[in-house]
Amino acid sequence: MAKKKFVVGLFNDEDVLFPAVKKVRTAGYKLHDVYTPFPVHGLDHAMGLRETSLHTAGFIYGITGTTTALGCISWIFTKDWPLNIGGKPHFALPAWIPIIFELTVLFSAVGMVLTFCYLCQLAPFVKKHVFHKRATDDLFVMVIETTGKTNIDDLKGFLSNNGALETYEEIAEDGWWLGRYDKDEIPFENRKEVAVVA
Amino acid sequence: MALRERFETPGKMRTWSFGLMAIGVLALILGYIFIGADHGGGEHGGHEVPGSHIFWGTLMYNAEFFLLITNAAMFFICATTLAMGGWQMAFRRVSEAISTLVPIFGVITFVILMVVLFGTHIYHWNSEEAASDPILKGKLGFLNPTFYVIWTTLTIGLWSLLGWRMRKLSAEADAGHMNNEKGASFIWRNTVSASLFIVWFALTVGSTVPWLWNMSIDAHWYSTMYSWYTFASTFVAGMALIAIWVIYLKNKGYLEIVNEEHLHDIGKFMFAFSIFWTYLWFAQYMLIWYSNQPEETVYFWHRVKGPYKGIFFLNLIINFICPLLILMRRGSKRNYTLMTFMAVLILFGHWMDFYQMIIGSISPTHVTWGDYWWFDFGIMGLFVGIMIFGVSRALASKPLVAKHHPFLKESIIHHT
Repeated sequence: MAKKKFVVGLFNDEDVLFPAVKKVRTAGYKLHDVYTPFPVHGLDHAMGLRETSLHTAGFIYGITGTTTALGCISWIFTKDWPLNIGGKPHFALPAWIPIIFELTVLFSAVGMVLTFCYLCQLAPFVKKHVFHKRATDDLFVMVIETTGKTNIDDLKGFLSNNGALETYEEIAEDGWWLGRYDKDEIPFENRKEVAVVA
Repeated sequence: MALRERFETPGKMRTWSFGLMAIGVLALILGYIFIGADHGGGEHGGHEVPGSHIFWGTLMYNAEFFLLITNAAMFFICATTLAMGGWQMAFRRVSEAISTLVPIFGVITFVILMVVLFGTHIYHWNSEEAASDPILKGKLGFLNPTFYVIWTTLTIGLWSLLGWRMRKLSAEADAGHMNNEKGASFIWRNTVSASLFIVWFALTVGSTVPWLWNMSIDAHWYSTMYSWYTFASTFVAGMALIAIWVIYLKNKGYLEIVNEEHLHDIGKFMFAFSIFWTYLWFAQYMLIWYSNQPEETVYFWHRVKGPYKGIFFLNLIINFICPLLILMRRGSKRNYTLMTFMAVLILFGHWMDFYQMIIGSISPTHVTWGDYWWFDFGIMGLFVGIMIFGVSRALASKPLVAKHHPFLKESIIHHT
C-alpha cells in the first residue's frame, strides 16, 4: 500500500469540466482520474487516455473459440468417433457452424469480461479508495496526483479558477488492496484537510 | 460555418452518366438482337432456355436490384426517423435524393415485369399446365396474373407515394426556424409518414414481393426466408450506395458537417447488415441442407453442386468474409478510402447475388455470364447512368442540409 497525496476538485457541469481537464493537463499536473456519475463522451480523449485494446483482445479470444470448436468437432466426428447421422458426410460443416459460432461468442464474451475486470482492477474483495461519494450521484470529481514539490495552494486556486465548486486535499491509497472498507478505512469520512506527510 | 448549400452537377459527372446510359442502350439493342430475339423452339445457340428468357431475366434482376437499393435509402430514412435518430440529419438529403429514383426505376421494373409475366414463359405458374400440377394448383390463389399485376402496381405505387410524402415533409425544414411547438408537430408528422412507409415496406420487401417476383420462378420451391434475404441484400447495398454518395460529396467539398463520426455509423450499418445477410444466407441453406428433401434442395442443386458453384461461393466471400474482416476495425470504418472500396465491393457483391438468385433459376444449367457478360454489365451501366443522372439532379434541386430540422444539432455534435 502506497499512500499518496491527492488534490480533489469537484465540478457540477460537463461544459466546465472539459476545459478544466484540458487546462490541468497543459499546466503539467498529473491527472489521477476523473470520476463521473455517467459515461461522458469524449472525456477519455480529453484526458489523453489511449484507445483501449480490449477489442483486439476480444478478436483474439473469438478466433481461439472458432479454432477450438472447429478443431474439436472435426477431430471427434472424423477421427475419434465417426457416426453416421442421417447419411450426412462425416465432415458436416454446415451443421457445425452454429456451434462454432456459439463457441466464438462464448470465448470472446467471457474472455473480454475477464480482461475488462483485470484492466479495471475489479474483483471480489478488491477495494479502491473512494474520493467522493457524490461521484455516483451528481458531481464530476477530478483527482490530481501531487508530489512533494507541488504547491498545493496554487493547485487548489488553479482548480477553483477553472470552475471547481470545492477543492480539498486528501491522502489516500492510490492502488487497490484486499480487505474491507469498514476495517481498513472509514469511507467518505476522511475528507478533512490533512497535514502534509513528509 | 459557411455551408455550401446547393450541389452543382459537374459537367464531368453528366458526361459520365450519359456515357453509361449510351453504353447501356447499346447493350440493350445488341442484347435484343443477339439474345432476346430468340423466343424458343430451336437450338437456342447451345443453351437450354430461350434467349428471350435470359434477355428479360437480365433486365429484370437489374431493374429490381436498382429499384430495391434506391428504395432502401427511403427505408433508411424512415427507420432512423422512427428511432428518433438525429445523427443521420447531416446527410439525410443524400438518401432522399437517392430515393427520388424509386418512381423512375419503379416504372421501368413494372414494364419489365409485365413483359416477363405476359410475354415469356419464365413464370412456370402462369401456364396451362399449372392448373393440372398438384403442387402449383394449391399456390394459384397467390400466384396468378391478376394478383401479380394488382400487387405489383400497389407496391411500386405506394413506395413512390409514401416516399414522396416523406420528401415533401422534409422540404418544410428549409422554410424557416421552427419553435418548440412547430418542431414537435413536424417530428410527429414525420413519425406518422415514416410508420406508414415502414408498414408497407414490411408487407412488400419484407414478405410478399420477393416471393412473387423472384421466388416464383422456381414455382415448386419455396423458402420463407427468401424475402428477408432479399431485404438484407438490398438494404446493405443501399447503405453502401449512400456511403458512396456521401463520400463523393464530401470529396467535392460539400456536406461540411459530415465527418468520420457519421461515416463510422454508416460503416456500422454496412458491417452489421452484411452479417445479417450472412445469417439469412446460412439459415436458409442449412435448414434445407439438413432436412435434405428433394423438393427443397432443388434450388441449391445448381448453385452448390452445379455450374453456379463459383459465383455462389464467391458471393459469400465478397459479401461476408470481406466485410467481416475489413470493416471490423474501427479505423477502417472511419477511413474514406477503405469505405469507398468496401461500398463498391458490397454493391457489386449484392448485384451478383441478384444475378445468381434470378438467372440461376432461369438458366440453371448454364452460367450466362460466360457468353453474355457484356450484356449484364451493359445493363448495369444503363441503370448506374440513370441513377447518377437522377441523384445528381435531385441533389441540385434542394439544399444539401435541412437547416431548420429540429434534430440537426444532434448530428453536428454527433460522437460515436
